[in-house]
Amino acid sequence: MKWETVIGLEVHTQLATQSKIFSGSSTAFGAAPNTHASAVDIALPGVLPVLNKGAVECAIKFGLAIGATLNRVNVFDRKNYFYPDLPKGYQISQLAKPIVEGGALKIVVDGEEKTIHLTRAHMEEDAGKSLHEDFHGMTGIDLNRAGTPLLEIVSEPEMRSSAEAVAYARALHTLVTWIGICDGNMQEGSFRVDANVSVRPLGQAEFGTRREIKNLNSFRFLQQAIDYEVRWQIETLEDGGRIEQATVLFDPDSGETRMMRSKEDAHDYRYFPDPDLLPVKLGEDWIEAVRAALPELPAAMQARFQSGYGVSAYDAAVLTGSRALADYFEAVAKACGQGKLAANWVMGELSAALNKAELDIAASPVTAAQLGALIVRIQDGTLSGKLAKQVFEGLWEGAGEVDAIIDARGLRQMSDSGELEKIVDEVLAANPKSVEEFRSGKEKAFNALVGQVMKASRGKANPAQVNELLKAKLQN
Amino acid sequence: MSEFSLSALAAQLAAKQVSSRELAQTYLDRIAALNPSINAFITVDAEKTLAEAAAADALIAAGKNGPLTGVPIAHKDIFCTDGWLTTCGSKMLSNFVAPYDAHVIQRFKAAGMPSLGKTNMDEFAMGSSNETSFYGAVKNPWDTARVPGGSSGGAAACVAARMAPAATGTDTGGSIRQPAAFTGITGLKPTYGLVSRFGMIAFASSLDQAGPMAPSAEDCALLLNVMTGFDPNDSTSLERDKEDYARDLDKPLSGLRVGLPKEFFAEGLNSEVAAAVEAAVTELKKLGATPVEISLANSQLAIPVYYVLAPAEASSNLSRFDGVRYGYRAPDYASLDDMYCKTRAQGFGAEVKRRILIGAYVLSHGYYDAYYLQAQKIRRLIADDFSAAFEACDVILGPTAPGTAFRLGEKSDDPVEMYLNDLYTIPANLAGLPGMSLPCGFDSQGLPIGLQLVGNYFSEAKMLNVAHQYQRVTDWHKRLPPLGEASGERR
Repeated sequence: MKWETVIGLEVHTQLATQSKIFSGSSTAFGAAPNTHASAVDIALPGVLPVLNKGAVECAIKFGLAIGATLNRVNVFDRKNYFYPDLPKGYQISQLAKPIVEGGALKIVVDGEEKTIHLTRAHMEEDAGKSLHEDFHGMTGIDLNRAGTPLLEIVSEPEMRSSAEAVAYARALHTLVTWIGICDGNMQEGSFRVDANVSVRPLGQAEFGTRREIKNLNSFRFLQQAIDYEVRWQIETLEDGGRIEQATVLFDPDSGETRMMRSKEDAHDYRYFPDPDLLPVKLGEDWIEAVRAALPELPAAMQARFQSGYGVSAYDAAVLTGSRALADYFEAVAKACGQGKLAANWVMGELSAALNKAELDIAASPVTAAQLGALIVRIQDGTLSGKLAKQVFEGLWEGAGEVDAIIDARGLRQMSDSGELEKIVDEVLAANPKSVEEFRSGKEKAFNALVGQVMKASRGKANPAQVNELLKAKLQN
Repeated sequence: MSEFSLSALAAQLAAKQVSSRELAQTYLDRIAALNPSINAFITVDAEKTLAEAAAADALIAAGKNGPLTGVPIAHKDIFCTDGWLTTCGSKMLSNFVAPYDAHVIQRFKAAGMPSLGKTNMDEFAMGSSNETSFYGAVKNPWDTARVPGGSSGGAAACVAARMAPAATGTDTGGSIRQPAAFTGITGLKPTYGLVSRFGMIAFASSLDQAGPMAPSAEDCALLLNVMTGFDPNDSTSLERDKEDYARDLDKPLSGLRVGLPKEFFAEGLNSEVAAAVEAAVTELKKLGATPVEISLANSQLAIPVYYVLAPAEASSNLSRFDGVRYGYRAPDYASLDDMYCKTRAQGFGAEVKRRILIGAYVLSHGYYDAYYLQAQKIRRLIADDFSAAFEACDVILGPTAPGTAFRLGEKSDDPVEMYLNDLYTIPANLAGLPGMSLPCGFDSQGLPIGLQLVGNYFSEAKMLNVAHQYQRVTDWHKRLPPLGEASGERR
C-alpha cells in the first residue's frame, strides 16, 4: 500500500523583548539560576501580571507579515496544571481568542513552490526549567525563563514530507528573525518545534491518528524525528497494529521517538479567561504604525532581486535566507552595479569562506563595500576571475582595500598588448606540436596554448585578450 | 479615646496633644487586654508598630503630616506586608513572611498610618463567620458566643471592640459588609478596580475588592481617600482622577431617590432586621429622601452564580500554594505528586478544599459551558438589573444580611445555610458595584443590625453622603459592645 504523510507544526518562538511578558524581569539567557526571577515570576502570594506591550507588538508584526487576521480583541486564558517549574500552577496563554488567526507562508521544495496555511498564533508565557542533575535525588528549579514571552505558531496539517516540514520551519525561522521578533537561537531554545505526524493510505480523505513529537531544537532533528516516526507508524500499521494518539520525544542519540504520555494521561487544563488581565484591544492606529515600521519582507525582496538585479528565482531565495545576507547582497550589488556577479560572489566565494570559518554573514571580515569594489575591478578588466580570488583572500586576511592589495601583490591583469603579444609569440614558438595539431583541426590544442600563455603571464593575462591574439596569430 | 473619630484623632495628633506613639501604645494595650477573648489579631508586633508611630511623629514634628498621619490602623492578614507574617488565615502560609508591601499597605504607610497588626480572617477569605481560620474563630465583641461574620471578621471585631480606630478589609461576596453588620460598624466595598489588588492575596480575582472598616461613614470616606488610586501593577486598576470621598458628606438628602428592591424584603429575612431597615427608611424620608420600589429579579440567582465563579477562580488562584517555593510543605512524601497531595491536604482547611473542588469541577472538560459560561451570562443579567434600577433611583437600600450574628458552630455543618448569609451582598460584587453596610439598630438580643447601601459605579461619595446624614441623626454606630472587665473605657 502507498502511504501519505501528514504533518502539522507547532512552533514556540521566544519573542525578542527585553523584559518578560508579565513582569519587568530581564529575558537575557544564561544568567545564574533564579537571578532573573521577580516576585511576579516566582508567583508570590498577591502578585499580578501586567502585559508587556512589546510582546503584543511582536505578535502584530508576525500577523502582518503572514497576511493573517489580527483579532482586534484577544483574550488571555489560564491553562491549569501542576509542575514545579510552573510557579503559578497555571500558564497564561490564549485559547479561544488568539491574537493571530490564519495567514500563510510559501515554501520551495525540489524547485516546487507550495503554500502552507497557518491556523493561528497566540501569545503565552514560557515555564521555568527543571534541572534533574546535580542535586542528589532532588530537582533544581530555575525560574529565569519563567514568563519569557512566546508566540506559539500553529500550522495547518498541510505538509506531506519531512522535507516540506523542514522547509516550512526554515521559512518560519527566516521570517521571525527577519522581522526581528525572535533571535532564532535554536540551541538556547528560542525556536522550538513540535511536529504532529500521522500517515494515511494515499487517497484516503480522513487523517490518520497523529502522534506529537515534542521539543525539536534543530532542523536536522526535525527531519530525523519525522522520518523515523513515519517509518514506525507505517510499519506498525502494516503489521496490523493501531496508532494511539500520544505525545512522544525524539532521542537524537538513538534516532528514535519514544512515548512520553498517551491520550489517556492527557491533562484537563481547565482553561478559563484570566481575570487578572483585561482583553487585549488592538487599535487600528497601533496596527498601522507597526505595519509602517515593518521591514521589506523576504517574498517582496525576492521579487525585487529578480526584477531589479536580474538574479534567478533560486538565487533570490538563497539570498533572502536571512535579512543580514539579503542586506549584504544588496549593498554589494549597489556598490558594483552588477547584480548577477554580486550574487555569484556572495553565494560562492564569500559563503564558502564563511562556512569554512563558521562565521555568520554579520561577522564577515570582508565588507559589502570591499566585495563591491572587487567586483568593479573584475568588470573594468583590472582583474580576471582568478586574480580576483587572490584579492578576495587578501581582503579576508585584512590586508587592506582592493586596489592596495592589487598593487601590493602585483595582481593587476596585463593590459599592455605589446607585452602579451611577446608572450604569445614565445609560446607559439615553443609549442610547434600544439600549433600543428590545432591547424589540423584539433580544437583542444587551442585550449592548451591558452593555458600556456596564462601560465607564462603568471595568470595576469586577460583571458579574452589571449583568445583573440592567439586566434589572430594562428589564422595567419 | 474610643469615642474619637479618625478626624478627631488626627486633629489631636496635629495639635500635638497626643503623639502617635502614645496613641499606638494605648491601642496595643487594649489589644493585649481584649484580644485573648476576641482573637481578632493573628499577628501583633508592638516594636514594629511603635517604630512606625515614631516615624509618623517625626513627620508631624516636621510639619509633613497628611490628614491621617499618626492614626494607627489594623490590616487584614490578606495584605502582603513587608517583614510581617502574612498568613491569609491559613496553615499553608503559617510561615510566610512577605518580602513586599501590598499596594494598599504602601498607601497607608505613605499616609503615615502605623500598622497595629494583622487581623484574623476566614482562611483565604472563604467564609462568612470567621470560623474557617487556621488561627481559630474570632468572637463577636457583642456576644463572644457568636461569630463576627466573615471573612473580614478580625477586622470588624477589632474595630467594634475599639482595639483599632479603623481596619482594612476585603470583600469578595460580602466579606466587609456582613461582618460590619454583625459587629455594628461601618464598612465599604468600593467599585471594582478603585483599589489596587496588588499584594492582596487573591481569592476570586474578578470579585475581590479592598475597602475600609471603621465606626462611621466619615471615617470610611477619609480611609477611602488613602486607599484608592491607579496602580500600574494591577491591570484591572482603574485610571481615574483622584477624588475626595468626603466632599459630599454634608449635602442634604432632599430629592434623593432610595431604591428598595422588593426581592430583598421577601422570604428569608429576619423580621427584626426588616423592621430596623424599614425604620431607617423612615429616618431617611425625614431627611428628604423618597423611597422607590425597584426589582432586581436576577439577584435571586446570585448565590449559585457566585458559587460557580468564585470557586472557579479560586481553584486556579490557589494553585501556587504547592509547597515548592514558599509556605507550608508536608514533612514526609514519596514523590512529587505525593508532595503536592500531602502539602495541599494538610495545608488547606475543609472549606478551602471544598471550593477548590467545586472550582475545578465547573471548569473541567464537559462542564465548563453548563456551569462557568452559564454563570457568566447570568452575572451579566444581574448587572443589567442594577443598570435598569439606577434609572429609577440614586442609591439602593436593603438589609446587609438576612439575620444578625449567629452562634459559633451554628452553621458550620451546613455550607449552603452559611452561603445564604451573603444573599444580599453578593449581587454588588458580581456587578462590580460599590456597597456599604452601616449600623441601623439592634435586635431583641442586643445584636447589631446592618443596613446596606448599593450605589452606581463610582458613586462612593454619594453613598457616604447618605450614610453620614443618617449617622448624624442616629447613634447606632456610636454604641459600644459590653466587654466586661477588660474594657477599660466602657461607658
